Amino acid sequence: MNLIKVDEALYTELLQKFLQDQNQRESYLEKAKRMSISFANRNIFPEEIVRIHMNAIDQLCKDQQSEYKLSLQLLLETLIAYREEHETLHKVKEESQELKAEMEVAANMQKTLLKTEVPKVPGLDIGAITVPFKQLNGDYYHFVKGEDGTLGVTIADVIGNGVPAALSMSMVKYALESFYDEMMRPSTILRYLNRVVERNVASNMFITMFYGQYSPNTNKFRYSSAGHEPGFHYQAKKGTFSEINARGLVLGVLKHSYYTQYELEMETGDYIVLLTDGVTECLRSGRFIEREEVLEVIETYAHLPAQEQVHKVYLHFNQLDDFELKDDFTLIIIKKDV
Amino acid sequence: MNLKIDVSEKENLTIVELTGEIDVYTTPMLVEKLTPLTEVKGNNVQIDLANTTYLDSTGLGAFISAFKSSQEHESHLEIINVKDRVLRLFKVTGLHKIMNINSDETERSEKVNGKV
Repeated sequence: MNLIKVDEALYTELLQKFLQDQNQRESYLEKAKRMSISFANRNIFPEEIVRIHMNAIDQLCKDQQSEYKLSLQLLLETLIAYREEHETLHKVKEESQELKAEMEVAANMQKTLLKTEVPKVPGLDIGAITVPFKQLNGDYYHFVKGEDGTLGVTIADVIGNGVPAALSMSMVKYALESFYDEMMRPSTILRYLNRVVERNVASNMFITMFYGQYSPNTNKFRYSSAGHEPGFHYQAKKGTFSEINARGLVLGVLKHSYYTQYELEMETGDYIVLLTDGVTECLRSGRFIEREEVLEVIETYAHLPAQEQVHKVYLHFNQLDDFELKDDFTLIIIKKDV
Repeated sequence: MNLKIDVSEKENLTIVELTGEIDVYTTPMLVEKLTPLTEVKGNNVQIDLANTTYLDSTGLGAFISAFKSSQEHESHLEIINVKDRVLRLFKVTGLHKIMNINSDETERSEKVNGKV
């Protein structure tokens, strides 16, 4: 006798006793539970139990043809369909969990690869925040400090498709670092990087980038832009913001691109705001946040240290009920406090 | 989040009218339609953005790719009726200088979106 026949025999006996012996019903229910555990452990599915039950009923009430017996047929079919669907769903869920875990690995790897620290530069107060829209961040910022005290700052935004584009950013970082020299001008750096991006990165991936260099000896901020969202210069003396307008083509479009270099002078109390279009591509009640609104919020928190300021600006927008991030959000503030 | 792509032929032009939003979700569909058109030598492709309500950086990437493809395959690409936010995006990225981008409302848009 195979195992399932043993099960059937045991179950039939149990059911018979349960139906006949009214006083002992509780104990038979308890036995049924134990049997169920044994079924579960042996991977016997619920529809199999229904089949055992049907056979048991057939044996116990041999001659009766009842609607009840017929209804079990329906229950059996329902359970089979249910289990099949359940298995499919479970598989999809498992796959999506695996994918999510893999994306997490990619996101962590990206964080490690693109790690940059906000440097301490005498006379400057620097704050930076970057928040990805999805798991991977297409925005990037980087600081370098030269031996002569010069500060180099990069802010960039990948134009292109998600995962490969975001991961390619690490290549740009290493290119940046490998040819960094404090004597190198922002315009030259962008010209070199354009070549790297044009040659080596996927054909549908482009990068907007702003490169700035501040020299504490001269208080001059020199910069060039490769099609990046314009930043702002807050002039304490006037109490106004002016747009840092620098024209230049996005990296990776043409083999040879040349960039104009500009400069501005920073005085005590001045600050520079660098951002990506994710800041202005945010939606509020279905409309875009205007650049003026961003400046108002930045000014509201201007009395705070730069790191706290950028954080508060992000929180300010993030805490609005009708706020919706549509792109990666990156904001850098560099203040001259002495 | 929908994009309607209508392709029609008029004289020697292939007109691609884009209605709706060009973003991370709709761009793959656009690339699929647009790329083959730019790969035919001598083809004149005109993209009409009159009814495009939104363009994000993924969408912009698709247009740059189309531009590069048109250069490579000696076809022509023109983008017309570029307005407001979208026009600003082409200007900020420096693309308006190398790509053939036209807007009847250039004057007005500049005044609206120019200096802060």
